[in-house]
Amino acid sequence: MPLPRWFHLLGSPPFVYRLTSRLGPWLGGAGCLLLAVGGYWALAVAPPDYQQGEVYRIIYIHPQTAYVAMMAYVVMAVAAGIGFVWRIKLAHAAAVSAAPIGASFTFCALVTGSIWGRPTWGTFWAWGDPRIMFETLLLFLFLGYLVLRAAFDDRDKADRVSAILAVVGVVNVPIIHYSVIWWNTLHQGPTLLAEGGPAMTNDMLVPFLIMFAGFTLFFYWLLLTRLQGEIVERERDTRWIQELVAGSRA
Amino acid sequence: MNAFSTIVLRDLRVAFRRFSELANPLLFFVIVVSLFPLALSPTADVLRTVGTGVLWVSALLSSLLTLDALFRGDAEDGSLEQLLLSPVPLGLAVLAKIAAHWLVTVLPLMCLVPLLAATFDVPARALPTLAFALLLATPTLSVLVGLGAALTVSLKRGGSIAGLLILPLAGPLLIFGTRATDLSVNGEATAAPLYLLAALAAFALSLGPAAIAAALRVGLE
Repeated sequence: MPLPRWFHLLGSPPFVYRLTSRLGPWLGGAGCLLLAVGGYWALAVAPPDYQQGEVYRIIYIHPQTAYVAMMAYVVMAVAAGIGFVWRIKLAHAAAVSAAPIGASFTFCALVTGSIWGRPTWGTFWAWGDPRIMFETLLLFLFLGYLVLRAAFDDRDKADRVSAILAVVGVVNVPIIHYSVIWWNTLHQGPTLLAEGGPAMTNDMLVPFLIMFAGFTLFFYWLLLTRLQGEIVERERDTRWIQELVAGSRA
Repeated sequence: MNAFSTIVLRDLRVAFRRFSELANPLLFFVIVVSLFPLALSPTADVLRTVGTGVLWVSALLSSLLTLDALFRGDAEDGSLEQLLLSPVPLGLAVLAKIAAHWLVTVLPLMCLVPLLAATFDVPARALPTLAFALLLATPTLSVLVGLGAALTVSLKRGGSIAGLLILPLAGPLLIFGTRATDLSVNGEATAAPLYLLAALAAFALSLGPAAIAAALRVGLE
């Protein structure tokens, strides 16, 4: 089967650079708009919860950051796997770009979770909760990936060795996702994908979903921005980058 | 299969010729285990509750000490490259090396566990489960150690980084392993976590050698 033309173009750094600089502002603008609308709706319009009062409003940030963290890991692992198998350098560049963003989102998920946990569970941190534990392990996996990369002088080798680690670490993602179902602990069970439809009224559900979409677009905007930097760094000795820099200076 | 047993026997012979390297992780294991009662209040109640966890964590840490022995010596003297060039499938060779590594490092450690568990006043009825859980968990651990060693084989100081890479991945082992032991201490059914450990072992032993072989190929090219 002949591959379509766009597939080959996705391996070309100048093409992807132009694509990202064209797509980036749209993703960033739409993401920030959704976050602003969703954030206002979540904090000012949505009613307080009948049990938790105002504290529940963390559900407009915490599940979204945790979800983006896991998505970032999957994006990183898939990109790294593609880069490893087909030796596409841009795929490796995308994997490297996703790692620090994913680590930051994982950190945010842990912090927002413990801020919410204090008034609701009565504790900042529950060592016994599997989802917290696996989320922490996810943070360590991101950091381990970055540490392993930093240990290599040769970028090509760093790309390919760290790709193996990224792919192996994927086993953690389904475990995090199902941990609240497999182990009955402090953590809440599924709300959105609960049996018999979402366990939320619509005036809470709509901003909840808007925030999901907003954070997702925000993540991809960050990813594209970092990818641009990564491309410039990797291609800095090529003519098109020199011309690009000369053009922006002129 | 012939190649498999040849590699296992060769690795065993090499290991027994460097006997002190064999003893180091065991000594480390015993020392780490004996540090915990110093740091915690050493009453029988506390020790009984933390005992099995201490044994699991110490076993995990001492397996890191054996990490460099797996591929580094062979990479330095060139025999690992010969293995890469040989017609033997690299995954099979890796599996053989891991099996030999498990035999010389994990098996002696498991013989020490009942003894140390007794000093922590872990009830005797929990010992068979503890041993069985270790038997199911350690092959996965050996594969993880192999992965850490393979990912860092071309780095000069790979050992310290490898620990950062594989300890997070060992989380599920620790959870299911200690859960099985805790359940048996309380006299409850232990089948579920043991099945999960067995599933992890099957997963690691079937896919792990391929990942390790890929990492070795990249590391040595």
